[in-house]
Amino acid sequence: MDILYLLIPLAAVLVLCILGLFAWALHSGQFDDLEHEGQRVLTDSSPAPAPAPAPAAAP
Amino acid sequence: MATSTSLSASAPSVYDDKTVRLFTLVSVLWGVVGMTVGVWIAAQLTWPELNFGIPWLSYGRLRPLHTNAVIFAFGGCALMGSSFYVVQRTSQVSLFMPKLAAFVFWGWQLVIVAAAITLPMGYTQGKEYAELEWPIDILIAVVWVAYGVVFFGTIGTRKVRHIYVANWFYGAFILTVALLHIVNAAAIPVSLTKSYSAYAGVQDAMVQWWYGHNAVGFFLTAGFLGMMYYFIPKQAERPIYSYRLSIVHFWALIFTYMWAGPHHLHYTALPDWAQSVGMVFSLVLLAPSWGGMINGIMTLSGAWHKLRDDPILKFLIVSLSFYGMATFEGPMMSIKTVNALSHYTDWTVGHVHAGALGWVGFMTIGSLYYMVPRMFGQTRMHSIKAIELHFWISTLGIVLYISAMWMAGVMQGLMWRAVNTDGTLAYSFVESVKATFPYYLIRLAGGLLYLGGMAVMVWNVVKTAQAGRYAPLLIPKFSKAPPALITPLAVPGTT
Repeated sequence: MDILYLLIPLAAVLVLCILGLFAWALHSGQFDDLEHEGQRVLTDSSPAPAPAPAPAAAP
Repeated sequence: MATSTSLSASAPSVYDDKTVRLFTLVSVLWGVVGMTVGVWIAAQLTWPELNFGIPWLSYGRLRPLHTNAVIFAFGGCALMGSSFYVVQRTSQVSLFMPKLAAFVFWGWQLVIVAAAITLPMGYTQGKEYAELEWPIDILIAVVWVAYGVVFFGTIGTRKVRHIYVANWFYGAFILTVALLHIVNAAAIPVSLTKSYSAYAGVQDAMVQWWYGHNAVGFFLTAGFLGMMYYFIPKQAERPIYSYRLSIVHFWALIFTYMWAGPHHLHYTALPDWAQSVGMVFSLVLLAPSWGGMINGIMTLSGAWHKLRDDPILKFLIVSLSFYGMATFEGPMMSIKTVNALSHYTDWTVGHVHAGALGWVGFMTIGSLYYMVPRMFGQTRMHSIKAIELHFWISTLGIVLYISAMWMAGVMQGLMWRAVNTDGTLAYSFVESVKATFPYYLIRLAGGLLYLGGMAVMVWNVVKTAQAGRYAPLLIPKFSKAPPALITPLAVPGTT
């Protein structure tokens, strides 16, 4: 089963990458405000086609 | 607050949906093509005369055409289109490198057409779900890398600091499929149309099912979970039941998925311990899968009435029910003693189609019904009644299909293992084939119903497209977000 010498290290490297990514996500604040981030998806596009909202610029 | 104004000045303020629109339309088209081939080969299994003695119409060549068309053409186009749709909206930015996105579209169509020509001609690497010969494999790799650049580029230029969970699923799907494809497709070409795998014997089998099952896990699961986490909240107009759980779902799933593949090789030359590892990991997967399923369904908690009135939600939620069924059944079938009965029988075919027709198909169909009108400057499909009809006939089709295959599979398994008192086999193989005939007939009827549902969808999509015109949608200004949500960071440099 020589193939395991490829697949197992590959899996190990992959898990390390995933761990690294998870650490980045954690430390960069991706999980800081989950309650509100989960709701943002509901306000992501304008209801009507193009020439609609744009209610003035931000203060 | 100065950042938001400066940002919107530099970027176009509309979403770039041109490729999304194309992808949604061809997804429907390829769905019909792939399912027609599926119905045809189901008929061939019932009446083998339908081969007509023509090589390129033979079951062995059309079956990979069916699987490739429904997975990579129907499902693939839906995944690519929806990911471009979702990543723009959740990042509140226009698509990164739209010309490259167009290349992804046309390149992927070229792959599909090449598959549709070469598979019936008999050019194949003989690896399930990875049949395409090496020149097409290279094209797939190129298109896939471009796809990754567009997707991750859009994430990199996002205007919202948080990366929505759907994008994590889509991202894992894109990265993992690239890795799987490149490792498994490694081959030594001997001519333009023929190559030999870089691996041999049981090594090759192990790589193939490492690829094969992870393709199920990342192409047919993670990708469609990305769809689920966006389109269910949107269609239900409610945030996901527990956003926190969705994050746990993601990390748990990708940490545990990689080693389920050996369960495809129970009782083969693969070492026993490797088979057991595959079984254990498969059983572990039940937990994150069901966590995600419950999370998705409970999104409707407190608004169950919407399920009664809204056929698109019916598609999406019933899709999750099939996800739950298939992810329960799968781990059970991976248990060696169960597998001893189920393997090589039509039970496996039933299991796959609970996932394919139910989970993947319904999630795709529901998401397409959400996206298509929005690609033509409208908010709803031409006919809601037609969606309702589509839902019910396809659901009936799935139920017929999978229950027929369950019965056929268990029957076959029992017949194959039945022995007389003197130890000889009680049935010859052909007797089990003969006994399966009525179930093949029911399966064919189920497939026809499902295909009939797609025909209704085509009509509805054409009507919707004719009635509307493409009108780009505005990217909302940050000031429109609810107060607590204002985090207008997205400094160009977070890439």
